[in-house]
Amino acid sequence: MSNLTATQHLEIIREKNRPTVNDYIPAIFNHFVEFHGDRHFGDDAAIMAGIATLNSTPVTVIAQVKGRNLDENKKSNFSMPHPEGYRKALRLAYQAEKFHRPVICFVDTPGAFCGVDAEKRGQGEAIAKNIAEFMTLKTPVISVVLGEGGSGGALALAVCDELAMLEHALYSVISPRGFASILWKDPSREKEAADLMKITADDLYSFGVCDKIIPEPVGGAHTDPAQTAENISEYLISAVERLSKLDIPTLLDNRYKKFRKIGVFSE
Amino acid sequence: MLEDLFKMVKDRFNDEKEEQSQAKAPEIPKDLLFKCPRCQSVFYMDEFEKRKKTCPTCNYHARLSAKERLDITADKDSFKPFDENMTSLNPISFPDYEKKIKGMQEATGLNDAVVTGECTIRGYRAVIGIMDSNFMMASMGSVVGEKITRAFEYATEHKLPVILFTASGGARMQEGIISLMQMAKTSGAVKRHSDAGGLYITVLTDPTTGGVTASFASLGDIILAEPKVLVGFAGRRVIQDTIKQKLPDDFQTAEFLLESGFVDAIADRRSMRKTLSNILRLHNYKKIGANWQHG
Ligand SMILES: [Zn+2]
Repeated sequence: MSNLTATQHLEIIREKNRPTVNDYIPAIFNHFVEFHGDRHFGDDAAIMAGIATLNSTPVTVIAQVKGRNLDENKKSNFSMPHPEGYRKALRLAYQAEKFHRPVICFVDTPGAFCGVDAEKRGQGEAIAKNIAEFMTLKTPVISVVLGEGGSGGALALAVCDELAMLEHALYSVISPRGFASILWKDPSREKEAADLMKITADDLYSFGVCDKIIPEPVGGAHTDPAQTAENISEYLISAVERLSKLDIPTLLDNRYKKFRKIGVFSE
Repeated sequence: MLEDLFKMVKDRFNDEKEEQSQAKAPEIPKDLLFKCPRCQSVFYMDEFEKRKKTCPTCNYHARLSAKERLDITADKDSFKPFDENMTSLNPISFPDYEKKIKGMQEATGLNDAVVTGECTIRGYRAVIGIMDSNFMMASMGSVVGEKITRAFEYATEHKLPVILFTASGGARMQEGIISLMQMAKTSGAVKRHSDAGGLYITVLTDPTTGGVTASFASLGDIILAEPKVLVGFAGRRVIQDTIKQKLPDDFQTAEFLLESGFVDAIADRRSMRKTLSNILRLHNYKKIGANWQHG
């Protein structure tokens, strides 16, 4: 259990030098080959995808790309994908299924992009389709939330057999900023919102949404990126090994139940 | 619902009060009038009601309560409700959420934002779900998620088609991450129903947005939309704030979605029963009973 408030976690994941997938992919995987495009409209740099080996096992990697500086962020649209990004992810997920490769998703987004073109090209449909199709993808799927996991834009890469979160990562129905903006009409109250929303890794673990909290070095991932990558890698290797032992019907049944059981109501 | 419409009319009239009194407009009781939010034309409420709450000028299909929708959709006395007593708890201890729910329940007579059950439509059996925007803008929390999931599971088990009338402001923020997970839960049940060969017809009604658009509302085998309704993922205001320019009037309407390729057809409410029963017939579902004369 961490003793930090959501606001303190938020400050840590906003650290300028917090590592991103651009740091983690080379540190965790070997032989990474990036593949582009959704085969329909274009290529979205907010989602990076390809194949690589994890401890000599071929895997498919799908990752939301936070930039490390303004230039990178402009290129990756501050990690807010368009529909073609989600469709690229789905294309590579189907490919992974065909070639029996586990899929590893890295979630790091404030949310799907909100814009005219995104609407015109079916942002809602793209996310919905990923959610439904990942639910029955016949290969293990593991998602890791690295920093911020915001709303449906995060969930589109988080329908999985196991969801892990870095110790300071947050995962929420809407970004704290969006929450404050809707609830109090004041986006600057995002920290207050973060503390109210129950969005830390510990919170999500207690709700049964998060299956594993991956420890970060003291102070946060930026203090020792190599150690953080090592921790992620160690978890991923064990998860792939664990999930690969299950036959596909059991795997899919467990995945369905993982989400099926979430809900709090009386009757 | 009606209260909302009246309020809308009253608000608009209040805005115009000064102008009107100067022009010495004839006094018409406001509650007898409806002003279309799309084309702004004003007409008598009874004419609007006769047209099943559609605008005589632009054919905008106004919001209906779940009860009104059920009455014009299902065969008389055919509806058997599911999970009528399911009600929300407070998973993230959100301040005053229980109070809010209780107030909404008293105001609407609903337990939450969706009514589900089994019915026949012109003799064809179907599982039906109707979202009601009067209940917290039909946002999706645990109850909406669970009821829709169970409706699909029931339909899968009994080899029945599912028809959902969607409306929603999105995920219910007051339930935090639990509400986001309902998107996955419902979509998983839709997928299983689909993989078992079941037919799912979505009817997009005003307004369908956010997490509902990004889950089961976009997963129909056949997606119909009522004329002029609002359908989208992101809120108009959010987009406007992002792009800093005014959006075209038809942005995120049913017609915009049709043009963009995301709905199969625009369907008029006054022939909805025929449209739906015809689609069911074309999928070889068999007619049962004959109690469907009224439409
Ligand atoms: Zn009109």
